[in-house]
Amino acid sequence: MNDISSKVLKGDPRAIARLITLAEDNNPIATKAMKKLHPHTGHAHVIGITGVMGSGKSTLISELTRIYRKKGKTVGILAIDPTSPFSGGALLGDRIRMMELAMDEGVFIRSLGTRGMLGGLASAVYDVVEIFDASGKDIIFVETVGVGQAEVDVIKIADTTLVIIVPGLGDSIQTLKAGIMEIADIYAVNKADRAGVNQTVAEVQSLVEITCSDKERKTPILETIAKEKKGIVELVDEIDKHKKLLEKTKKLEPHRRKRYQAELIEIIRKRLMNFVFDESTFKEKVEPLIDKIANKKLDPYTAAEEILSRILK
Amino acid sequence: MAHKIRVLIAKPGLDGHDRGAKIVARALRDAGMEVIYTGLHQTANMIVEAAIQEDVDVIGLSLLSGAHMTLFIDVSDLLKKKEIDDILIVGGGIIPEEDVPKLKKAGISGVFGPGTPCEEIIDFIKKNVKR
Repeated sequence: MNDISSKVLKGDPRAIARLITLAEDNNPIATKAMKKLHPHTGHAHVIGITGVMGSGKSTLISELTRIYRKKGKTVGILAIDPTSPFSGGALLGDRIRMMELAMDEGVFIRSLGTRGMLGGLASAVYDVVEIFDASGKDIIFVETVGVGQAEVDVIKIADTTLVIIVPGLGDSIQTLKAGIMEIADIYAVNKADRAGVNQTVAEVQSLVEITCSDKERKTPILETIAKEKKGIVELVDEIDKHKKLLEKTKKLEPHRRKRYQAELIEIIRKRLMNFVFDESTFKEKVEPLIDKIANKKLDPYTAAEEILSRILK
Repeated sequence: MAHKIRVLIAKPGLDGHDRGAKIVARALRDAGMEVIYTGLHQTANMIVEAAIQEDVDVIGLSLLSGAHMTLFIDVSDLLKKKEIDDILIVGGGIIPEEDVPKLKKAGISGVFGPGTPCEEIIDFIKKNVKR
């Protein structure tokens, strides 16, 4: 296990797969390896794909990957589905739409459960992106869970964020405005053979015209039919153009700084939670405080301060 | 944090009947496992490749077409060829009694026919995962 990071750097699929598992399980071996990998990252273009459930995210990623493979790029795909808050289990079904890519050595697909993370991402998402990046993948797709309005965390990790919309959601596009409709670098109106596509495109267009603050660039809106492989090449062109623009306007580095900030916060959050909610600590130190709160002998704020002061010591 | 059991549920070969596979997938999910469902018409190569990338603890194969003696064993052989010995293989479907010992000998550790209670499969997996 000592050399798992060097195997990942060589692109060994089994090492990549195992390290992702260890990272998901918060195993200390993963922490050690991640420390070694970080200096080797920063090469990959990270593309976030988000949209409501059933909008065609997985199918679109499969088609985008086909085009990137034709261009000779290697691809890592990270597909996230929700973990049940009740059982802790998950049914990860994004891979079904990507089976065409199953035997391509230049493509690595990994499904993750959210495991308690809100915001549309999985708890190990930053690690997986770094692992794919260090293993030499040129393109990394991060597919969020099917989102509602407020799950916008994907912009923290992606260089380029694609929001997928489908016709027929009618007025709900209005309600989407405040959440995911603010984060797109590119819009794809998928299933564009469906009735109502013109209206959907027009609605997004008017939204872009009202909210566009970036003077260098109007957020492009593209029509796609992923299942029929239509509009995909054009979409890849727009994605590449966006990356080039980020580089040209020197926005890529500040953008990535935000990713590292989010990653740092996430690591600290996880460690703190583990510290407080580690089973034995919880029983010994936290539960007596909860008892006191319930008996009105202590208030929750004082209890919280007590726990925090122990950590900060 | 404890390791969460990850299971790949796959349907090899030409068989479109996936109700059983879906029921088992759902039951394993409710038992707290992470289940990756790959869908229909998989080759042994595709299944093993997916199992590697997803780093699963278990491969669950479902087949009702009668080709289990070929396709289940293909998956098991391919894992052996790739020197992967930490994945548990289980199978289910319409499997005649006399085939079961042969399948077990070939590395399909658990074989579950129609009518098996889901709890039996869950228990078997929990007891027999290799890591």
